[in-house]
Amino acid sequence: MKLEVRLFANLRDNLPKESRGQAAIVIPDGSTTQELINHLNIPRNLPLIIMVNGKRQLESYSLKDGDRVGIFPPVGGG
Amino acid sequence: MQIYRVNMTEGQVTTEEVKESYAALGGRGLTSQIIADEVDPTCHPLGANNKLVIAPGLLSGTNAPSSGRLSVGTKSPLTGTIKESNAGGTASQKLAKLGIKAIIVEGQPKNGEFYTLKVSKDGLELKDASSLLGQRNYDLGNTMRSEYGDSVCVVSVGPAGEYKLTAASIAVTDGDGRPVRHCGRGGTGAVMGSKGIKVIVIDDADAPGVPIKDKESFKAAAKDFSKMLLDHPVCGQGLPTYGTAVLINILNEAGGLPTKNFRSGRYDGADKISGEAMYDAINERKGNPTHGCHPGCVMRCSQVYNDKDGNYLTAGFEYETIWAFGAHCTIDDLDAIATLDRLCDDIGLDTIEMGVTIGVAMEAGIIPFGDADGAIDLLQQIGEGKPLGRILGNGASFTGKAYGVTRVPTVKDQSIPAYDPRAVKGVGVTYATTTMGADHTAGYSVTANILKVGGHVDPLSKDGQVDLSRNLQIATAAVDSTGLCLFVAFAVLDEPKALPRVVDMLNAQYGLSLTVDDVSELGKAILNTEREFNKAAGFNNSHDRLPEFFKEELPPHGTTFDFTDKELDELYNF
Repeated sequence: MKLEVRLFANLRDNLPKESRGQAAIVIPDGSTTQELINHLNIPRNLPLIIMVNGKRQLESYSLKDGDRVGIFPPVGGG
Repeated sequence: MQIYRVNMTEGQVTTEEVKESYAALGGRGLTSQIIADEVDPTCHPLGANNKLVIAPGLLSGTNAPSSGRLSVGTKSPLTGTIKESNAGGTASQKLAKLGIKAIIVEGQPKNGEFYTLKVSKDGLELKDASSLLGQRNYDLGNTMRSEYGDSVCVVSVGPAGEYKLTAASIAVTDGDGRPVRHCGRGGTGAVMGSKGIKVIVIDDADAPGVPIKDKESFKAAAKDFSKMLLDHPVCGQGLPTYGTAVLINILNEAGGLPTKNFRSGRYDGADKISGEAMYDAINERKGNPTHGCHPGCVMRCSQVYNDKDGNYLTAGFEYETIWAFGAHCTIDDLDAIATLDRLCDDIGLDTIEMGVTIGVAMEAGIIPFGDADGAIDLLQQIGEGKPLGRILGNGASFTGKAYGVTRVPTVKDQSIPAYDPRAVKGVGVTYATTTMGADHTAGYSVTANILKVGGHVDPLSKDGQVDLSRNLQIATAAVDSTGLCLFVAFAVLDEPKALPRVVDMLNAQYGLSLTVDDVSELGKAILNTEREFNKAAGFNNSHDRLPEFFKEELPPHGTTFDFTDKELDELYNF
């Protein structure tokens, strides 16, 4: 299946620089967000914020073809 | 410590000892209590009977990390409510080191004269400022430093404050002398202008410093607390690297970035105005992405943003500002937004109020959505005191009324900031109910709604939001009294050992025996004092509501702000 993946802040470094953190990623059907994170080689030393189609999801969430996935390191402001 | 009273009717300064009931208060706790004790809630905010109270936080001037926040309190000319507006910069630390608990400015010059208030170890002194009138904040700071030395802090109003516009801010210089930290919200600059004070110059040369009763205990607690901030991924890594603008992308992804005057929660230009884009531009142009607004801040979320030619353009360039002039006005040019930020700092305007106002001006058809040059021209008209500028400089509600616009995102006439209350419902509860008028900082539910800090509360559901907002509003009122930056809350909400160390610092400094429960009681007491003031000023539960257009569905999630009146009124059940 094909996913619309967006990585933010320092996680952008896990995709080629010219992609500016956005890429279409193909992974096996039925993959979870954790499997996507592994596929992208994102280090797990910090808690991540994962949004699928604009809603926060856990690592165990089963992704579907065409999902928009955003992954953030811990961020804050205000 | 002493309280200084500056009577502008008589042109006299007097000093008084700190009352016992004020001894354990600082920052917002002190400014709100003095306003409640001394100001008639029905007074005209720009008249002689209102007062302006300036107070450092309880820990300001010490080695406590990130403790340099200044509070300014008054009755707001924008909202008509009590107001505490809070800024970084170097003023708070210098005032505390000079032994100043608070400065109370009262009365009004009889013939509209303007003064400089000089603050030093020798006390407070008023000087004629007629030659400074019309100066914008950057030039004014240079003038003051050439007269009083490079190390002074300059607290000033620009033309907007002189004109008494209700979006006027009070500028506070940072460690580099730039007027980029502001008491932005609620028109405190108009009150300072109405008191005839153009500028306050704070010189802490040979100041006695802040006495600490138990130095060893204080040092140990401050060291621990500092480490907890540095170890927290948001306070120690996220904020120093990307600043607050990193929120553009996460709010956009969550569908909560208000776009085109709150028509959508997603903006297709978000990436171009994001914290990541800012970070890249700053590095390419040899600015500085990591800059503290005051010495001793370990989070250093500020930055120095240069223009395309590598010359300084602005600093303290925040998420809220970028959202307001960016997604809200659909301007996707970060350099144009930086120019608008610079103009607000220079003219002395709240960037949130002005960005929202420009969006309302676009709604009214004064200029089209997305017109960056038009927005720059409108801000210049405010600085020049032109008739249209006088309307815009009084904020979004005033502008909406002047042009017959009903889609005006305000609560108690203060502009709603950068989180759509239909997609980040917890902060919507705060906008509706806080004593301040729409204010995200008063109870920043974005933490648990979006940022995975302090637990998780689904941002799209009503469940748990009133409790979340209540707890945060109570905690925030207390934090705003310490002089600590509100951003320490990211660590405090996640690390149970952090708040006890704050209490340890307070106890060591003042010789108190406070407990963590006392902090919560302090927060409740402050909220009650503020709410009683507002009631006496004519406010009731019916003012704790959002504009009716928030009942319209917001894309992409199709959610509405669906709290009943009864649910919102539960906020004050404590």
